[in-house]
Amino acid sequence: MDMQMLTTLLWTVAKILMIVVPLILTVAYYTYAERKVIGYMQSRMGPNRVGPWGLLQPFADVFKLLFKEIILPSNANKFLFYLAPVLSLAPAFAAWAVVPFDDWLVLADIDASLLYVLALTSMGVYGVIVAGWASNSKYAFIGALRSAAQIVSYEIAMGFALVGVIIVAGSINLREIVLAQQGGIFDWFWLPLLPLFMVYFISGVAETNRAPFDVAEGESEIVAGFHVEYAGAAFAVFFLAEYANMILISALTALLFAGGWLSPFENVPLLAETFIAQPHAAWFLGKMFFFMFFFLWFRATFPRYRYDQIMRLGWKVFIPITIVWLIVAAVFVLLGWVEQGA
Amino acid sequence: MLADYFPILVFLGISVALGAILVVVGSVLGPKRPGDDKMSPYECGFEAFEDARMKFDVRYYLVAILFIIFDLEIAFLFPWAVVLESIGWTGFWAMMVFLGILVVGFIYEWKKGALEW
Repeated sequence: MDMQMLTTLLWTVAKILMIVVPLILTVAYYTYAERKVIGYMQSRMGPNRVGPWGLLQPFADVFKLLFKEIILPSNANKFLFYLAPVLSLAPAFAAWAVVPFDDWLVLADIDASLLYVLALTSMGVYGVIVAGWASNSKYAFIGALRSAAQIVSYEIAMGFALVGVIIVAGSINLREIVLAQQGGIFDWFWLPLLPLFMVYFISGVAETNRAPFDVAEGESEIVAGFHVEYAGAAFAVFFLAEYANMILISALTALLFAGGWLSPFENVPLLAETFIAQPHAAWFLGKMFFFMFFFLWFRATFPRYRYDQIMRLGWKVFIPITIVWLIVAAVFVLLGWVEQGA
Repeated sequence: MLADYFPILVFLGISVALGAILVVVGSVLGPKRPGDDKMSPYECGFEAFEDARMKFDVRYYLVAILFIIFDLEIAFLFPWAVVLESIGWTGFWAMMVFLGILVVGFIYEWKKGALEW
């Protein structure tokens, strides 16, 4: 019996590592891609010194950060100061436990997986608040307040958008939500829920404090915001969490609005029998990378919003839009124009 | 049933451990040369004056309260949305009354200027 439990545990750990290790590598090369993409968008080369085409740059960065001193500010609360990066990293990774990569490829296929994801992504704000407070620095404190207020504001719009998805999918299980989108690119939820899809993704950008919503770490006013006092590996953990969150938002957008692992050519007459019409985890990853690219594109394109503009967009534009479209989606379902769960 | 949640528990453990390990490895590998100037809170090169535990704008607090109300509303909407087709128009109107009350509150706080920054 004990032997069996041990095998189960080891097998579970092995499966988790099969998610965590590629995720860390994705984060590493996402940072590289970010610098390359933004570089080329601004007619620069991007990193090109470490390894061929600069491909080893992420590893050089990791080693540099690991060998730097972690500075503990003199007035900081020591325990909370070290706890904050862990608090912000753990939810960003643990949410992947319920992400389905393919119909059969999911670590924990629990009934309310969307609820679990929503709960965990909400936890991320604790890392920000704790970091800002524990640092005992004015810049960190103000940055943390701004960041937290921004995150919770956009979380409401995000939550309402999720309710819209649940209305048309008739389920809060991520796998069933994807299966409810079968039938090709025009059966995915981005079409009936177009306003919610856009609100969800833009809120996702705001949730992760990315440009153009990055006032919390607006270099020109409050320097690095909540993590201004963090250096070395502790900073690296915040960095890892931010990028893991961006990847998570992209994955969720792909699952909820873009058919997950389903092929866009599912019911196209000539292609239906060929392999490109088949569902596959590669479709899911492709869609995820597609949305990840938008994060970089936004950063290279848009100037930063002012804080009052951010709050206005979240509360006065996105929340009314989502409430209205929620009702519209419900009416669609009840009139039978959109069939729930199909 | 409960066994489905076991991998999640393990995953949570591994995620926390990952963060903790990185911080520990960093503090072992990195140098430790504390100094008064280095350890003082960052304030753009000035000597830090006053404590950072200071008063802050009440609007942040207001946003937190509004967030709780709306987030609860979303939690209520989740189960309603799942079964919408089977509860039909009765269920729809029941939720519309509830949503209506919330929207009245939302309009009130909007007009009161709670959302002005």
